[in-house]
Amino acid sequence: MADSAIAAETKPWRSGTAEPFIRIQNISKIFGDFTAVDDVSLDIYKGELFCLLGGSGCGKSTLLRMLAGFETPTQGSITIDGQNVAGVPASERPTNMMFQSYALFPHMSVEKNVAYGLLREGVPKEQAMARTAEMLNLVKLGNFAKRKPHQLSGGQQQRVALARALIKQPKLLLLDEPLGALDKKLREETQFELIRIQESLGVTFIVVTHDQEEAMTLSTRIGVMNEGKIVQVGEPEEIYEHPNSRFVADFIGTVNLFQGRVDVVAPNEMRITGTEAGDLITKPIEGLSAKQTVSLALRPERISISREATSAANCIPGFVEEVAYLGNLSIYRVNIASGKTIKVTLSNLDIEGEPITWHEDVFLSWNAGSGVVLTT
Amino acid sequence: MSLSDTQNGRTASLLRKMGFSGRGLVIAVPTLWLLVFFLIPFLVVLKISVAEPLIARPPYSPLFVEGPDGWSIKATLSNYAYLLEDSLYIKAYWSSIKIAFFSTILTLLVGYPMAYYIARSQEPKRSLLLLLIVLPFWTSFLLRVYAWIGILKANGTLNGLLISLGIINEPLIILQTDIAVYIGVVYTYLPFMILPLYANLVKLDGSLLEASADLGASPISTFFRITLPLSLPGIIAGSMLVFIPVIGEYVIPALLGGPDTLMIGKVLWTEFFNNRDWPVASAVAIAMLIAVVVPVMFLRMAQTKAEENA
Ligand SMILES: Nc1ncnc2c1ncn2[C@@H]1O[C@H](COP(=O)(O)OP(=O)(O)O)[C@@H](O)[C@H]1O
Ligand SMILES: [Mg+2]
Repeated sequence: MADSAIAAETKPWRSGTAEPFIRIQNISKIFGDFTAVDDVSLDIYKGELFCLLGGSGCGKSTLLRMLAGFETPTQGSITIDGQNVAGVPASERPTNMMFQSYALFPHMSVEKNVAYGLLREGVPKEQAMARTAEMLNLVKLGNFAKRKPHQLSGGQQQRVALARALIKQPKLLLLDEPLGALDKKLREETQFELIRIQESLGVTFIVVTHDQEEAMTLSTRIGVMNEGKIVQVGEPEEIYEHPNSRFVADFIGTVNLFQGRVDVVAPNEMRITGTEAGDLITKPIEGLSAKQTVSLALRPERISISREATSAANCIPGFVEEVAYLGNLSIYRVNIASGKTIKVTLSNLDIEGEPITWHEDVFLSWNAGSGVVLTT
Repeated sequence: MSLSDTQNGRTASLLRKMGFSGRGLVIAVPTLWLLVFFLIPFLVVLKISVAEPLIARPPYSPLFVEGPDGWSIKATLSNYAYLLEDSLYIKAYWSSIKIAFFSTILTLLVGYPMAYYIARSQEPKRSLLLLLIVLPFWTSFLLRVYAWIGILKANGTLNGLLISLGIINEPLIILQTDIAVYIGVVYTYLPFMILPLYANLVKLDGSLLEASADLGASPISTFFRITLPLSLPGIIAGSMLVFIPVIGEYVIPALLGGPDTLMIGKVLWTEFFNNRDWPVASAVAIAMLIAVVVPVMFLRMAQTKAEENA
């Protein structure tokens, strides 16, 4: 079935020499005087599960719809497996789409919905039905073949939509918010189900989502979008640990941002002055000029919290305003002298002795390498 | 509790004792309406249809007769038997159903693309088009049908136009033929087809059509497999609104049709006003009602089924 080596393991984008499977080059889409997608270029490799992540209205669906052939790009070109798809109608593209609303045909049974693509292609009925049965088993709906869509739960409808979109074995499957309509628990289970199916079929997936946790769980790589532009592309860990802008740092997970000016740059250390937490010591980055405004992005779990001062590169006093106990971890909201609230998370396994609680005076410490310096 | 509240409470409990619940009252209004404006007239017509014609006022025999040994019912089915004897009636029924059937199909063929186009267009164009569809209702129906005489007659607008364009040399004989009746019916009943179709098509989810295209269906295939089946409830609703009144249509065949245009509405008119044979006319009306109810019941059943699917 699948290539023995799957993209999630071989990570072809790291090599720099691998041939991309889908090339999106300088694509723009303008509606009237509104630019929905703005000069996007993106390479996606065979067998990837690529997530387009961004807030509502940032152009994710529009980009996906241009790949499917429902919208014509105002500019730019799309190549799928070496074929430039400009002017190729949706019905003849080697792509299939799973719609946000599922778009199941309400007057057809589950089985007829799933077989639809094969029958339109002219596959003989018997063969089409056999493959439909196979596909329904893959999505664990074997017993529901004769039902109508409205007789199914949301999760079951979602799987019918997935089966229908996969049955023609497209080179590229486009999924628009595939889990958006499911409740939280079902969504988490379905994420792993989606990965299982994607890896067993070896189809390249592009998934649109506004949920950063979902993107982190699912994807081989994430493309973060903002106002029609791709602002960063990378593996989930890379995006989380090394965001390239305040926007990405803020969008993915929780972050504490400190803005200040570059003061002293030494080979191993750099000082940022004038932040709301005073002067901060960080690792230097290249290409900075003196007095340049920069931001330090610091993840809550990178900060440690203690009753006594420490010798860490950064150590500032604070006052615990609030503690939220989440079972596996605790979230502290700590006020510092400037009035800024800093979020700190602590794994409850790491807590020794009497845990720190509300209204205690504490010290927050972190190392020079704990944060990321951002120029934009 | 104020006095009027107590009173209301009493009225309510009284009504409840009489078998009326709140829900019952809601249903009671249309029930009463049907009783007064449909069932009672229907019973009156039914009564007349089993009477014998008389030269009197009213021109038929009474149903209940007082004889030497009390009241008795005097009814006859001879009027119905007469409908079967004289082939005129069967022909008229058949011809009415035929004309209604073909005009429904024609109206559907003309109305569907129009409804589809309106449903797919954007505001404010959509509202404007809908307004244009209902605009003809603002002038008298009789006048509008009358205007078609001017258009269709031998030296009328249409023939004048075609001759001046050199398309024909001799005027076409359209007026006083079945073709003129079809034109008049399609023209008059088009809004009744378009509006329910529009109401249905405007709800059609565009992503279904995209999904169909995405799975490899051509636009024609998408139309026949997705759009058409999903608009079936609209098609049936529109067809009933056209088919039923056209069967009994009188004005259009009287004004535009010829002496050969046989429709039950015209026959009914002749029996009532020319022959003054009220019992036979009533029998014609009852038979027509039955002739309409049966096909309509089938259509209703089809509609319920189509709605369940959609
Ligand atoms: N057909 C269209 N005409 C005009 N504007 C559109 C159209 N489709 C999308 N847009 C606009 O483009 C922007 C991006 O839309 P979309 O790609 O659906 O966003 P997302 O999926 O990221 O939420 C939105 O502001 C939306 O209003
Ligand atoms: Mg969207």
